[in-house]
Amino acid sequence: MEFIAAGWWGVLIAVVGGAVRVSTPYLFISLGETLTERSGRVNLGLEGTLVLGAMTGFAVCYLTGSPWLGVLAAGFAGACMGILHAIICSLPRVNDIAVGIALFIFGTGLAFYLGKPFIQPRAPMLPAIPLGAWSDSPAIRSALEISPLFIIGIAIAFGLRWGLKNTRWGLLLRMAGDSEDAALALGRSVNTIRLLATTAGGFLSGIGGAFLSLYYPGNWNEGLSSGQGLMAVALVIFARWDPVRCFWASLLFGGASALGPAVQTVGITQGYYLFNAAPYVLTLILLIYSSSPTQMLAGAPRELSISR
Amino acid sequence: MKDLRLTRRRMLVGAGNIVAAAALTASPHWRALAQDAKEITVGFIYAATRNDYGWNQAHAVAAKKIAELPGVSLVEQERVPETAEVVRVMESMIQLDGAKVLFPTSFGFWPFIQELAPKYPDVLFVHAGGLWKEGDAINTIGYRGYMEEPHYLCGIAAGRMSKTGKLGFIGSKPLYFIFNNCNGFVMGARSVNPEATCQVVITGDWDNPVKEAETVNVLADQGVDVIVANVDSPKVAIETAERRGIYSCGYHTDLSDLAPEGFLTGAEWNWAKGGDFVQAWQTGGEYPNLYRGGFQRDMVNISPFGKVVPDDVREEVLAAKQAFVDDTLKLYKGPLRDNQGNEVLAEGQEIANDDNEFKLSVKWLVEGAIGETGLQ
Amino acid sequence: MTNRSEADDVGRHSLSSAHGASRMALVTMLAPSARGFEALILSLGALVVALVLFGIFAAMTGADPIAVYRTLWLGAFGTRFSIENTLTLAAPLMLTALCTLIPARLGLLVIGGEGALVVGGLGAVLAGALLTGLPWPVGTLACFISGAAAGALWIGFAGALKHWRGVNETISTLLLNYIAIAVLMHLVSGPIRDFAVTLKAQSWSISQSYMISNIPGWSVHWGLVIGIGVCIVMFLILRYTVLGFSIDVAGGNVRAAEMAGLPVGRLVLLASCLGGAAAGLAGAIEVVAVHGAVSESLVVGFGYTGILVAFVARQNPLAVIVVALVLGGISASGGLLQRRFDMPDAATVVLQGLIFLCVLAGNALSGRIVRTGGN
Repeated sequence: MEFIAAGWWGVLIAVVGGAVRVSTPYLFISLGETLTERSGRVNLGLEGTLVLGAMTGFAVCYLTGSPWLGVLAAGFAGACMGILHAIICSLPRVNDIAVGIALFIFGTGLAFYLGKPFIQPRAPMLPAIPLGAWSDSPAIRSALEISPLFIIGIAIAFGLRWGLKNTRWGLLLRMAGDSEDAALALGRSVNTIRLLATTAGGFLSGIGGAFLSLYYPGNWNEGLSSGQGLMAVALVIFARWDPVRCFWASLLFGGASALGPAVQTVGITQGYYLFNAAPYVLTLILLIYSSSPTQMLAGAPRELSISR
Repeated sequence: MKDLRLTRRRMLVGAGNIVAAAALTASPHWRALAQDAKEITVGFIYAATRNDYGWNQAHAVAAKKIAELPGVSLVEQERVPETAEVVRVMESMIQLDGAKVLFPTSFGFWPFIQELAPKYPDVLFVHAGGLWKEGDAINTIGYRGYMEEPHYLCGIAAGRMSKTGKLGFIGSKPLYFIFNNCNGFVMGARSVNPEATCQVVITGDWDNPVKEAETVNVLADQGVDVIVANVDSPKVAIETAERRGIYSCGYHTDLSDLAPEGFLTGAEWNWAKGGDFVQAWQTGGEYPNLYRGGFQRDMVNISPFGKVVPDDVREEVLAAKQAFVDDTLKLYKGPLRDNQGNEVLAEGQEIANDDNEFKLSVKWLVEGAIGETGLQ
Repeated sequence: MTNRSEADDVGRHSLSSAHGASRMALVTMLAPSARGFEALILSLGALVVALVLFGIFAAMTGADPIAVYRTLWLGAFGTRFSIENTLTLAAPLMLTALCTLIPARLGLLVIGGEGALVVGGLGAVLAGALLTGLPWPVGTLACFISGAAAGALWIGFAGALKHWRGVNETISTLLLNYIAIAVLMHLVSGPIRDFAVTLKAQSWSISQSYMISNIPGWSVHWGLVIGIGVCIVMFLILRYTVLGFSIDVAGGNVRAAEMAGLPVGRLVLLASCLGGAAAGLAGAIEVVAVHGAVSESLVVGFGYTGILVAFVARQNPLAVIVVALVLGGISASGGLLQRRFDMPDAATVVLQGLIFLCVLAGNALSGRIVRTGGN
């Protein structure tokens, strides 16, 4: 007997499926941005990095036939953007938020420019792990079809949290973010730490972009990203700069994105544009809720320019 | 220049009525006199990229054919949004490139065309929208195929192939031609399976791949096993449907190789008629201001069948196509109710397949479609 | 002025943190002549470097750089049509740049110009469509005021969130951009839709008599004059009034300003509202001078390019006028580049990004070219 998900059950499954499917790019970017911000820099250019990573991943995969090579290439492209960000920001009197916006523009333009020949072709996709194979229902099966990048992302999230707390590198990173003077006193170059952190952050963001073009929706074109890179920055604040919380928050945002098309199928046909705005409104509300004028946001790296 | 204008205008004023009648009846009333092919620059303007496997690609294919006509040189510009910017782009092509025929291909460019056309009477503006009416500038043309006819054929295939009887229609924006296509699809399906239903979802954007993919997944979760996507680039929707293992129908161009297992057939444009307008303008020949047609006028086509479609279904679809060509099959005929229960056409009432006014006024979805237009 | 350099020093030592330095980076390039001259050199230099880099980029992708430069010129200023094109594109940029510029003088980084423009357009359309029968100067003025007020409220909200809840204004205004666009699309598709227009979702139209026309002899609307005028007025306010001075001081060091008794909260609100009003006015002008109604045609990216203009102009309202013309020119020639060289339209985006990056990197050289007291 086939259980066909109709009505509101369908919506729920769609939201769960969406949470799993759509959260992975958020996850990678927010992890990357967490690293960068914990070291004391804000990188708003991640939207550009995401798009450039998506294009590079798709292009390399198409040219070589291997999706995993594409993923690596995407990470590499992202790392280059990260290096660029770090180098310019390490010059005196340069505002890191402005550099981020500039890189957003530059990265997006570069990706669209170089990506023109890759819009039409199809490239092999990343494989999926069918965790829902036990179910008779195609809906549940599809919702639980997980990309290996999702698993890798979770592993990185836990790994980063452990690493930040328990390793020397983690401590140095946090010092660069919390107190420049302490790091200097130890004889470490704050700029170098931030360079490495931003590069790693860019690498992860590039991989997040590769997910979009090599798994879901599995295409390269110029409408691929709709602000996920920028939303991820807000997500990091919401997650209080904790990598594992980033994972939960990414699931939440992914589910919210799937809400729009899902509720239309149960008859709520008006206001689909407002549903599109749901993730942004959610982020704003969370931001208002978790910010405070007098205290530093709990967990915020003290050197960070956006936390006052 | 002035004389040429008067010639065209004179011919058009006289032929105006004939043209209007011709647009409503069978064969076109004009011929292109390709005697002295003057040099002419033709400009194509796309809202997105040319190789999008969709709307823009269909036009780019026609553009290439037009570029091969004698004396024609082509300029193209992509990614022009449906804003006042297209006016600047059109003027730029006219002033800096010397273009004499423009094809602003996106639907929303029409009001901007009407704004600019009176300023340049020696330039012909050809628009893929079928919106020309009395009072609009005479140096503009609206041409468009009746996509609801191939959608009807896709509906027949979908109705026959669907195991659950549940279809899905993904539309980009709440506009009249989307609703006509949807109605065609549903009516085609219900002509072979009266119990078939079709879930309608509007994404709100011409092009939003993540949303389109999500929608296909949501529909598949609900038991839909055939989808058709009326968006600018159905590539993502069809690939997603293929991954979910459900059937899909194409739109704009031939997308059959994107879904080897699940592709049924698709609705395609045939924009090559544009070449005839160019030649008419080049040589001072006649041209219609409004040119609409379905299979009868060879303005639309269906895609090659996917390998999974059996022979009897193919025959049924092709028979219906022939009926359109012969004009024996009317798309909208009574008794017809909309999905709110209102009667649209009574028993015995029939709408001609080229009744443009009726189609422009479609604000409802037929019985069997689940969803709203939001226009009532 | 000594106040300024003291504020600098206090900033450097007591805060001693990245955020203090970067806050100052926003306000460094404003002031009296020596610094102004240096700013000009730096911006020009950045522009030249960016153009050279772009030429290299073009060469790498197969186009002849000299031909590219010629085409850029042709499309921007080469013919009368090009100039009119450039002016039309520059007009809204002058106003949306102010949305970033005014709060930046206070040390805030607001990127909400796009949202404020959209909301301003909505305000203008509602005023123009609902208030019928007024004589045209009053009606047009009502549209402008309504649009500016809407924009002021929108960004002012973000400013309030910043001051009273500590919400980072960059992120909040960015989110507000997306929310504004979603609200626009929703309203235009239903509640304020003009259903007589079948082929696109468009709002009610404003009364025909309220629309403003072109400057006589030119194909450019009066919005250009309004934009230039507002920039000049803002320059005078910021340079010569107490308000302007208060903003500068508070922008240099918040704590010092508070200690000196300046009402920082009110300044934050005021700066946000003024910036929002400017962008909202840009939206109103788009309605009153170009479209007559709102639809998704309103969302063009003027807000985002305005951020770029503000930075290249180093937060100086007079420079904004010139920079808007340059960036408008680049946008205007984008189409020609595409058609002549088969370059993707993203080429102008790449150029804009390069200009932005070079300007920011050039910031590092400030104070080195012209030696001034505070350094």
